[in-house]
Amino acid sequence: MYAQLVETGVKRIKTLEEMSPEERNFQEKIDAEVKIEPKNWMPEAYRKTLIRQISQHAHSEVVGMLPEGNWVTRAPTLKRKLQLMAKIQDEAGHGLYLYSAMETLGASRDEEIQKLHEGKAKYSSIFNYPTLNWADMGTVGWLVDGAAIVNQVVLQRTSYGPYSRAMIRICKEESFHQRQGYQILLDLMREGTEEQKQMVQDSINRLWWPSLMMFGPSDDQSPNSQQSMAWKIKRKSNDELRQMFIDQTVPQLEFLGCTAPDPDLKWNEERGHYDFGEIDWQEFYDVLKGNGPCNRERIETRKKAIDEGTWVRQAAKAYAEKQQQKQQAA
Amino acid sequence: MSEWPLFEVFVRSKHGLNHKHVGSVHAADSRMALENARDLYTRRNEGVSIWVVPSNNITASSPDEKEPLFDPSHDKVYRHASFYKLPDEVNQM
Amino acid sequence: MDQQHALQEYLLRLGDSSMILGQRLCELCGKAPAVEEEMALMNVALDLVGQARNWYEYAAELEGKGRSADDLAFRRDAHEYRNLLMVEQPNGDYAVTMARQFFYDTWHYFTLQGLANSADERIAGIASKALKEVTYHLRRSAEWIKRLGDGTEESHQRMQDAVELLWRFTGELTTADEVDTSLEAAGIAPNQQQLASDWQGMVKEVLTEATLELQPEDAWMYMGGKQGTHTEHLGFILAEMQFLPRAYPDATTW
Repeated sequence: MYAQLVETGVKRIKTLEEMSPEERNFQEKIDAEVKIEPKNWMPEAYRKTLIRQISQHAHSEVVGMLPEGNWVTRAPTLKRKLQLMAKIQDEAGHGLYLYSAMETLGASRDEEIQKLHEGKAKYSSIFNYPTLNWADMGTVGWLVDGAAIVNQVVLQRTSYGPYSRAMIRICKEESFHQRQGYQILLDLMREGTEEQKQMVQDSINRLWWPSLMMFGPSDDQSPNSQQSMAWKIKRKSNDELRQMFIDQTVPQLEFLGCTAPDPDLKWNEERGHYDFGEIDWQEFYDVLKGNGPCNRERIETRKKAIDEGTWVRQAAKAYAEKQQQKQQAA
Repeated sequence: MSEWPLFEVFVRSKHGLNHKHVGSVHAADSRMALENARDLYTRRNEGVSIWVVPSNNITASSPDEKEPLFDPSHDKVYRHASFYKLPDEVNQM
Repeated sequence: MDQQHALQEYLLRLGDSSMILGQRLCELCGKAPAVEEEMALMNVALDLVGQARNWYEYAAELEGKGRSADDLAFRRDAHEYRNLLMVEQPNGDYAVTMARQFFYDTWHYFTLQGLANSADERIAGIASKALKEVTYHLRRSAEWIKRLGDGTEESHQRMQDAVELLWRFTGELTTADEVDTSLEAAGIAPNQQQLASDWQGMVKEVLTEATLELQPEDAWMYMGGKQGTHTEHLGFILAEMQFLPRAYPDATTW
């Protein structure tokens, strides 16, 4: 969940004439590609939408550690273990960059995380799918991070300065994630045993469609997109991004020697794009509502970590206060 | 949840450059803030020095003050070297 | 004991202790008490597994039987592992995690400090690089001991319990055996008496500052990890860690 399905609370976009002078000034800045900075005036709906979008994005990074954490203790070689650890660490880091950007909007990280734990905040639905074999560590890097990168590259130009800068940093760091994933699959397909190759195909079969769902519902089902595009906190439509992703991914899939679980996937000479089958939107909305395979486990794990860590955080705070008092007394 | 205050983080990426604001971290005290900032913002060799400052200790100029604060410097062209024309005979200064 | 054999054993001790503690920290992925701590724990784990790889590579070369660093990590059973018992103990609560880390980091720091001047150049090289990483590990874990020890009433109690729980595994850190002493004599391993007194000094200083009660000096100590006799935990750690190479013995690449 990056810039998809973010509620803007706006029913209809105002024209420049309908706007107050402040609003007009704000919109003109955005139209001129001038970045909005924390202390600048902004419409309340813009601020709230951004908080929602950035926190969803941050939650996705942090929850996204879990499917990989599931295999980090079982990585099969020292090299793979180190790579996976570095990648998971980046994800925690990216979560923190994003929470930090979100806090410049006056939001509280604690409150937003609280919403996540109460099931009130969204995060990317892909992380509610289980990672069932080692090849999933490859597929998650290649398809899931690949889809995320397509999303994030356009968000580097997002209108809110701190968000845009966080995205630039994240994109720079994430370029190794997708390659790392593809390399795992490539090595397994080239030099692996029959069983290992089956692992790869099984993994692609399970994660292909959920990866395509990462771009969110079709444009005609995305009522909030228009306002988000006008504010330039979203820069391309869901369908555009999905098509971009498929077009760049299919040749990589073929190079692996694997197939996608989609009989309708084929090159369309006329459109200059790949055609693909209908996404199971029922599944998408089910997962979104909490009925994915791992929704419960993911949230429970995060909630437990933070709840059980309460005494640790309190102790650190109490210690800091004591030290400060000692310093002042001295 | 965290109950830990926010610190702004500034990193000097190379010797000879200024510290640059890179973001923020939560930490119980300034020492922890330094360590968290190190773990977060210098994972790829990005820094030779870090500053952390409690966020509530930063006073920022307000955008409303932009004109009184910054516009007056627009017309002080004599502050820039290019304002002074040198005779051709003196070709470097 | 011939020196070649002692060195082989010693390298495995260094590698295995780093590896197993790294593995324990990996188990905490997504479960740390704050997102900032996720970063820090994974950082430490990353350093440790990287160090284990360096020690294993040297051990494998020295052995000369065609085994790789990966073979040493993923194809040896518990009785062939030479890690300290301390590092295989479960994560417990954060007080246990940090007490284990601090006891080990202190040992690790002074050991590496000695090894950085080892007569064996390869060891000196690996140790010097690792020492920089471990200096930071020790600084962090010592701070956590103080924060939790001198934090709230609850954290103090938990920290005190953790120190008591793990104390019986500290004897192994400061008790030299034939491997240690023979390598010390060869100028390869650090002075064992010095190591023991440095360890005790640092631990005493930090625990005292953390307002924690020191444990009796004559407490009973549980030992054997360095010689290959482990607690029940190690078998399960390896079962998980080595699952893939064991389940797919024909696989030559991953």
